[in-house]
Amino acid sequence: MRETAMLEIRNLHVTVDDKPILRGLELEVHAGEVHAIMGPNGSGKSTLAHVLAGREGYVVTQGEVRYMGRDLLALAPEERAREGIFLAFQYPVEIPGVANIYLLKAALNAMRRHRGEAELDAVDFLALVKGKLRLMDMDETLLYRAVNEGFSGGEKKRNEILQMAVLEPRLAILDETDSGLDIDALKVVANGVNAMRGRERAMILVTHYQRLLDYIRPDRVHVLAQGRIALSGGPDLAQELERRGYAWVEAEARGQQAGAAGGQR
Amino acid sequence: MRVAPAEPCVPGFLSAYPALAPRLPGAAVPWLRRCRDEAMERFAALGLPTSRDEDWKYTSVAAIARRAFGVAAAVDLSDELHAMVSRHAMVGTHRMVFVDGHFVPGLSQAMPLPAGAWVGSLAQALDTRAVDAEAFFAAADEATDGFAALNAAFWSDGAWMDLAAGVALEVPVHLLFVTTRSDLAVFPRNLIRVGAGASATVIEHHVGPEGVAYLGDTVTRIVLGRGARVAHTKLQQEGRKGFHVAAVAAEQGQDSSFVSHAFAFGGQLARAAIATRLGAEGCDARLSGLYVGSGRQHIDHHTCIDHASPRGTSRELYKGVLDEAARAVFNGRVIVRPDAQRSDALQSNRNLLLSEDAEVDTKPQLEIWADDVKCAHGATVGQLDADQLHYLRARGIGEGDARALLIRAFAADALAGIEHGPLRVRLESLLPGALPEAA
Repeated sequence: MRETAMLEIRNLHVTVDDKPILRGLELEVHAGEVHAIMGPNGSGKSTLAHVLAGREGYVVTQGEVRYMGRDLLALAPEERAREGIFLAFQYPVEIPGVANIYLLKAALNAMRRHRGEAELDAVDFLALVKGKLRLMDMDETLLYRAVNEGFSGGEKKRNEILQMAVLEPRLAILDETDSGLDIDALKVVANGVNAMRGRERAMILVTHYQRLLDYIRPDRVHVLAQGRIALSGGPDLAQELERRGYAWVEAEARGQQAGAAGGQR
Repeated sequence: MRVAPAEPCVPGFLSAYPALAPRLPGAAVPWLRRCRDEAMERFAALGLPTSRDEDWKYTSVAAIARRAFGVAAAVDLSDELHAMVSRHAMVGTHRMVFVDGHFVPGLSQAMPLPAGAWVGSLAQALDTRAVDAEAFFAAADEATDGFAALNAAFWSDGAWMDLAAGVALEVPVHLLFVTTRSDLAVFPRNLIRVGAGASATVIEHHVGPEGVAYLGDTVTRIVLGRGARVAHTKLQQEGRKGFHVAAVAAEQGQDSSFVSHAFAFGGQLARAAIATRLGAEGCDARLSGLYVGSGRQHIDHHTCIDHASPRGTSRELYKGVLDEAARAVFNGRVIVRPDAQRSDALQSNRNLLLSEDAEVDTKPQLEIWADDVKCAHGATVGQLDADQLHYLRARGIGEGDARALLIRAFAADALAGIEHGPLRVRLESLLPGALPEAA
């Protein structure tokens, strides 16, 4: 018998602008695991990431999501973050006028307050951040620029992982973190992610391509099609998908929805 | 003590003038007395502006017109006044305090000034020094509306700054205008002349009591010689029931640089007209502003940048943050005269509306008569960005803090270029929104 899952998604149905996107998604993620969610464009991968982070406009019509034994969907986005959920955005948002270091500090201290810990003073905070900067091979000057403003695509993605490294979440969700990265940046990002793997932490990698999984080896791979997990497997599944594409999975998923049972193989 | 017309604004001032005129500064100076008389005639002809005047289309001054205002003939020095002055004072400045329109040396703070720099009371200068200000007045009093005429007729005092060529006035001059009582009308007038290659930083600061109505009607004229540099910051913190009407007009000499910051926080009805004329080649003008309104405040900025000579550069950025039922007007006029080839003008007005009842009328007004020019303008009106808000919340920052942080970030642009530390700190404390506790 395994311990209770960190994240438990049951029969999740989500609509966006009244359009059903997720249609009965099931997923269990345990502490220490890295899951990859793959699938063709429009299959609902990013929707899943947004719903878990609490983005407005994503309406849950059925099902439930439990995180650490609690009803996740009842929590505001900031409460989820303080409880240890971190979403690395596919499109990190530019915030002119707010310094990167300021956001990092405000976010970290919000979490520490939530956990009843003392806020870090400026010296300890800077020491912490500088260590993480080295891990992400980022220049210190990026700390003092406005959040993501004028950052290159690669810098934005690194900045997301930098935030993750500083905030040390319990559950990290990386939404298409590999998209738009050249191979060197991809290695740096993967390095940063791998450095954070641990027994207490779970990760969900949302990705279209298998490329990221060459550097971050997942424990489980799931294929999303038609708004539900159509296929799950071990790390080798990613390579099979790379070889064969998604069409056959989608075809099977359509077949299953037409009446066949099962979804795991 | 005050002379209080019992009638509404226009007839009240018309009937009060004959008795007041002999006691106003410079009454013994014939040309000045003539200027005042002529201004009074213009006021009689113009009255107060109405919505039929294009420049006042969105700003009704009916609330001013129907009130009766008196003029303070003397100053009462109270404990509250001392407290108010010390609250608004800024360290490291040459401070001149004007109370209810009158210079009060006892509340002011003189700093050592370099040779060739004269900074003092305009009334005293005219009464004791026979300053050559006549041309200044004649030009200033081409009064375009009733408020300018009223100021020209009734002005009681203000700053007279005269910097000889090459004088760098390092110490900022803080002109603090305090109104103390309800139903007063005060008419400050500042004349600032900065010689060739000279430089000055001026903070024009208006404050008043909360909860009572009064009228401040200010005119500031700035003349910049060749290569002169002036940084003028207007900080409007009138009481929330005060009426504030102000005009700042600069005339720029060759290769001069004029920087204007306008911060408007107070007043139930506040109007600022800020104009500069790039009167010779190679001038640079930078205008920025921030207006912050809530409740039922009405805040109007009319700016005019007149490229009258070639190779001038102007940059203008005005921002507004409006909450509740506040209303703002921004009218940005840019003129490029036929001879002003190779002018380069950029204008931007950005507004953040925090409530459904808040409103802004923004209007760029470009009049371009030359062909070899670069001119661009843009205006935006929007709400807080939902993506930015979500991003901050997804990092654990609460919704209220995230909103305050974004409002703050939006407004903070307006502080760019404010170099004087104490002024910067003061302005930061006045910005809307806030930094969350982590700061």
